[in-house]
Amino acid sequence: MNRKHIRTDPAAYEQMTRQASPPSRMVQGVFRAFWVGGVVCIIGQLAAETGVQLMKMTPADGYCFAAIILVLLTAILTGAGVFDRIGQYAGAGAFVPITGFANAMVSPALEFRREGMVLGLGAKLFTIAGPVLVYGIGASVLVGLVYAIIFS
Amino acid sequence: MAVKRMGQQTIILPNKPAILAGAAWVGPKEGKGPLGSLFDHVTEDESYGQQSFELAERQMVLDAARAAIRKAGVREGDIRFLLGGDLLNQIISASFAARELALPFLGLYGACSTMCEALCLGSMLLDGEYADHVLCTASSHFCTAERQYRYPLEYGNQRTPTAQWTVTGAGAAVLSLSPGKTPMARITHACVGRVVDLGVTDANNMGAAMAPAAADTLLALFEDTHTAPRDYDLIVTGDLGRVGRNLLLELMNSQGTPLIEDRCLDCGLLIYSPEQDCHAGGSGCGCSAVVLNACLLPQLQEGKLGRILFMSTGALMSPTSSLQGESIPGVAHAVVLESPKAERNTRHDF
Amino acid sequence: MTFDLWMYVKAFAVGGALCAVGEALCLKTGWTPARILVGYILTGVALSAFGLYTPLVDFAGAGASVPLTGFGHSLCQGVIHAVQERGWIGAFCGGLTATAGGIAAAIFFGTIVAVFCKPHMKGK
Repeated sequence: MNRKHIRTDPAAYEQMTRQASPPSRMVQGVFRAFWVGGVVCIIGQLAAETGVQLMKMTPADGYCFAAIILVLLTAILTGAGVFDRIGQYAGAGAFVPITGFANAMVSPALEFRREGMVLGLGAKLFTIAGPVLVYGIGASVLVGLVYAIIFS
Repeated sequence: MAVKRMGQQTIILPNKPAILAGAAWVGPKEGKGPLGSLFDHVTEDESYGQQSFELAERQMVLDAARAAIRKAGVREGDIRFLLGGDLLNQIISASFAARELALPFLGLYGACSTMCEALCLGSMLLDGEYADHVLCTASSHFCTAERQYRYPLEYGNQRTPTAQWTVTGAGAAVLSLSPGKTPMARITHACVGRVVDLGVTDANNMGAAMAPAAADTLLALFEDTHTAPRDYDLIVTGDLGRVGRNLLLELMNSQGTPLIEDRCLDCGLLIYSPEQDCHAGGSGCGCSAVVLNACLLPQLQEGKLGRILFMSTGALMSPTSSLQGESIPGVAHAVVLESPKAERNTRHDF
Repeated sequence: MTFDLWMYVKAFAVGGALCAVGEALCLKTGWTPARILVGYILTGVALSAFGLYTPLVDFAGAGASVPLTGFGHSLCQGVIHAVQERGWIGAFCGGLTATAGGIAAAIFFGTIVAVFCKPHMKGK
């Protein structure tokens, strides 16, 4: 017969693990996410108003312009190896704005470039950001269909 | 009837295979750590002059292996087996390095327990007199492990306080049955661990996932060899990190075999200083491999340590199993290492 | 160019708050960012479908449009406008049209950056 060496059940061990593991710093994390996320939105607002006021865009195009500017900035910072440090510092402050979406596409593109332009860069571009597009677009189609049925 | 056995899991090595020499190649971050000056070579950057990080890891294995062979004073052709492994899919670092070395190769996967797995098997091959010289290697690289197990390097994820930092490094050791010169250490016992899983699912808390396996192997070894923690100058675990080490101490207390805290070290905690922002400590196959070869073996050789218990621990999950919601199984293998200076007359004295 | 400081304050506060909630969720539940982002975009689509998100964008500007909920809002409004103009086919065409700017920019700039840069070691 096989000896049982460890006489600890998983539930008790889970309790032990929770006590032994240092907790994440909630207040600090939320504060950092707040101010960095806020600053990203200020940059977006600045870009949007520049588009509307100086380049005579419609408000909708202004927000689109802001998104493009933020994506461009993120791509540059990601390529320069800076964005991962912003992400480590700010957490959701970096990944909830569109900057996070852009970083989620640029970083795998960079990482898997070594596996080739087509099956490396091209195929891996959506590995992290894919779910957002799948469920966002899926849900919007559903809303559109329901809307079409109700108002037709 | 297997005569070279003790109890359920432990193997006696009556011929006491010797570790002739070891070599450790590490990356710059490890070079800046507290053990920095002990390593054979610290690379200038993570890419080690190669086109990709995978090639860099492979080159580190190769260079460490050749250095160990050279330090042991043997020829490459004298090596009868190459036992090695790493963290990458299909263990490409070890097997592609083996392609260059052109030695009979057995590839191992034991996650971060690989170095000890190699020592266990290597010492058995020697003690069974199937070879005169065996080469054991293990390696890991932060940049190759990160993309395989977690995220792309430039992805801005936050690391949790329990997360560990994969060591960039390769360790190699030449084992021999009939040393021409004084060995660095002798392997007297080996204990092959069982896979233990107490249901930890957090892949960012591998120390917690591996601690039960470590405790299981320790208890088996103590019981099989009728020894106790006080019989060892040091008990060195592989990469449990801060969380896992504390859990191991607690688990051993709860099993009625308390460890002596200041004689219980962890390679993952030795390799980085707290200022290096590595959260719970180092991890990876390379972690225990480079600490053993650069730090522990020289101390055994000089007689500063008499007898130690060296145990690498591995977390056996894959990204697939984690995504499918499975918990993380752990494994730990141990070897008992003796200083050549502390050698006693009896062949095995416990 | 006029400069409405109050608008920037509102963008900072609302955008920051949306990120802070995301971080709190992240630390509390241990979910991966990808999961939280999927939650955010679905929330954005849902709020927008019931007409609740447009007022927030009017109030906070980029503070509401830049976080991923705003991305969901754009998808949803694009679909609704397209359905109004073109009938049910709009349900399939409107969403991507409205969000094409951000997605195309990420693909385009991502590819360019990946061709010219290499990944760096973390924490240097």
